[in-house]
Amino acid sequence: MSRHDAVVVGAGLAGLTAAVRLAEGGASVLVLAKGVGATHLSPCTIDVLGYDPEPVDHPRDALRRLVDARPDHPYRLVGADGVAAAIDWFKGCFADGPLSPYAYAGSVDENMRLPTAVGVLRPSAVVPETMAAGDLRAGGEVCVVGFRALKDFHPVLLADNLGRAAGVQARGLELDVSPEDRADVNALGFARAFDDASFRARVIGQLAGRLGAGERVALPAVLGIADPHAAWRDLEDRLGRPVFEVPTLPPSVPGMRVFATLRERLRRAGGRVILNVVVTGAERAGARIIAVRARVGLRDAVHEADRVVLATGGFASGGLELDSGWVARETALGLPVAGVPAPGDSRFRPGYFDDHPIGRAGVAVDGDQRPVGPDGAPAFDNVTVAGATLAGAEPWREKSGDGLSLATGHRAGGLMLAESGAHAGPAAVGMGG
Amino acid sequence: MAAETGHDVLGELMRGSLDHCVKCTICETFCPVSNVTPLFPGPKYVGPQAERFRVPREESPDASLDYCSGCGICTQVCPQGVQIAEINTQARAKLRKRTGFRLRDRIIARPDLTGRLGTPVAPLANLMLHSRLPRRIADRLLGIDERAPVPAFAGRTFQAWARKHRSPPAPRRVAYFHGCGANWYEPDAGRRTVELLEYLGCQVDVPRGQGCCGLPLQSNGMFEPARRYVRRLTRRLAPSARHGIDIVGTSTSCTLMLKREAREILGLDDDPELRMVSDHVYDICEYLLMLHDRGELRTDFQPLPLTVTYHAPCQQQGHGIGKPALDLMALVPELRVIENDATCCGVAGTYGLKTEKYEIAMDVGAGLFAQIAEARPDLAVCDSETCRWHIEQATGVRTVHPIEILHRAAGLSGPGH
Repeated sequence: MSRHDAVVVGAGLAGLTAAVRLAEGGASVLVLAKGVGATHLSPCTIDVLGYDPEPVDHPRDALRRLVDARPDHPYRLVGADGVAAAIDWFKGCFADGPLSPYAYAGSVDENMRLPTAVGVLRPSAVVPETMAAGDLRAGGEVCVVGFRALKDFHPVLLADNLGRAAGVQARGLELDVSPEDRADVNALGFARAFDDASFRARVIGQLAGRLGAGERVALPAVLGIADPHAAWRDLEDRLGRPVFEVPTLPPSVPGMRVFATLRERLRRAGGRVILNVVVTGAERAGARIIAVRARVGLRDAVHEADRVVLATGGFASGGLELDSGWVARETALGLPVAGVPAPGDSRFRPGYFDDHPIGRAGVAVDGDQRPVGPDGAPAFDNVTVAGATLAGAEPWREKSGDGLSLATGHRAGGLMLAESGAHAGPAAVGMGG
Repeated sequence: MAAETGHDVLGELMRGSLDHCVKCTICETFCPVSNVTPLFPGPKYVGPQAERFRVPREESPDASLDYCSGCGICTQVCPQGVQIAEINTQARAKLRKRTGFRLRDRIIARPDLTGRLGTPVAPLANLMLHSRLPRRIADRLLGIDERAPVPAFAGRTFQAWARKHRSPPAPRRVAYFHGCGANWYEPDAGRRTVELLEYLGCQVDVPRGQGCCGLPLQSNGMFEPARRYVRRLTRRLAPSARHGIDIVGTSTSCTLMLKREAREILGLDDDPELRMVSDHVYDICEYLLMLHDRGELRTDFQPLPLTVTYHAPCQQQGHGIGKPALDLMALVPELRVIENDATCCGVAGTYGLKTEKYEIAMDVGAGLFAQIAEARPDLAVCDSETCRWHIEQATGVRTVHPIEILHRAAGLSGPGH
């Protein structure tokens, strides 16, 4: 039985953000997670709000409209200013993080339009500096460069779609260069190779004389894992033109950079992480959780905590579950799940991007992100919910997932610090570290 | 339970976990082996994917599985709860059954037997183990890499010391599971553990005749003899467990074997004696931190003005207990601890001893070795003996168990020690 100021359940963007903030604010923090979180699967661009339902150009304004129109949306908890504060904090994490000077660019005021791996332009607010030159709002000529050995990135498909769907002048080029001349290398293998100047020189050598004068170069998001800033800058300098990364299928190298940065900050601040642990419930005293129960291998463990942050994700991550009898549950603490259609009512519509009746299901919270029951009263006083577990959002339609996780995770940490009287500023704007 | 139904329930659950794999590749990004060599295509490919093609009574489809080191990191990082490493260890046993077991593997998987043979002739055995020509011959003939670290026989056993030692009565009683490393190679480490536990208010039993836990046999695919080893050891430890006495171990991979792996991987979950022992086994740092959390650990440690690095070995991480050694060492005044964030040192028990795998093991450990070199510590600290030997050989930095740090801080090591 361990004792901590805060136990954070979940190691995705929301959980790690809350954990880092708490630890840097002086709290003793333990992160419990089933495994490594969604950072490795997401491009880790901070998409604050991409669609409402039309593509959004100015997320700050669109956020205000969204919160007015949808008072149950979790963005109401943080507001545009809270999102902006979280983004400042996030950028600050990189400024003196292990990958510095690798940085994030952009702001909540404006969305860029960056190509996806299949060549669709998607609205995104805050992105790795290595992706920013992919902002194709003003069009331009693009040469999409891929690698034969990287099976999950198809430059010709990407370029074709860019031309067709976005009206961008683009062409694809596939290079036959790979680490140790291997036939099949994943994104991480390429990223390690790109950290090496001699590999970059081979790539540059193959591109020599094959680029048009006005073309910028799109590459899969594999430009370095140890020192991505140096790898990207070197390519820009030596090719003499803008170079940008396009997210790949998992594993996501930009996501690994975020994970490494937040994990290292947590370590430096004395926070602990235990993986391969399944939280199965809590021990309560009145309206407070006093300990979290977890399954560790064949044993049970109990971790005492003054406060708990729940950031286990939604249905896709197993934070929420819908069983074959159509009963929805929150898996870690057994919190009530709101927004589940009544028995007999339809839960899904035919199209993937339709407004599914069950789409906004999740844990409902009060203004302090505490879980509430159907009557609106807090289920626990010392639990704060963050990220995709929250009810009311539809991240895949809104393109709001990472923005919500970052902003609500950031606020969860801030709220707890403020409440515990630790050395933090006001909850919404306090800057950890 | 298995005894009632004739099914290995735990084993079926474990294999069934492969259906939870969503091919997210998180395991592959963390796999220390596939990240340094193309000879191992990675845990997802060899595990949940290939497992679908491993049909009873048919040949195993993929020999690259042999290059899995069994470190278990894939299972730890999987967000879906797939027991990748466990599935792979079982699959490796099937593969080896078909390809046969090398003489080398039969030897290095039995530290108990080598200890028994080498101890009476320790000076000669050590000369052989640490001379070029015999090592070269062993390399060419057997496939034990001539550069791989091998420990020296102490020439006396920890058990012999323990037989003569009388632990004074104390309010708390624990049994010490010392493992092969302490018994044959590092009896002083075993003695220090007993001294520290006594200093901390424990009466220490050392059950007689403790043999190997069977982990190296299991890792090398020899499940039947591994099961025999487990049963023999649990017979020795069971009386303590039966009396409600907790069993603490300094060999973190061996305690994990008794806690989990023998039950999950070897299918011994229906063995009542093992289950009883298993329920009482603790990694020693886990146990001491538990005492501390209850306010029952003496913490008047003396200042230790040293800089040390700490590497939590993979098998220690497999316990799911965090890094209790860090919390314990934080109790020592003036001790500066630098936490390494590398995943694996590469040796993975017997993996790094093998000629065809030694260089892979060194490549896997390169990140850790660089971190230790950069820190220029007085000592490196690590909970697992094979990892300590590997780290020490690779870095030239003396590498000790966290217990040795606490032993010093308790003032038990004497001046100049």
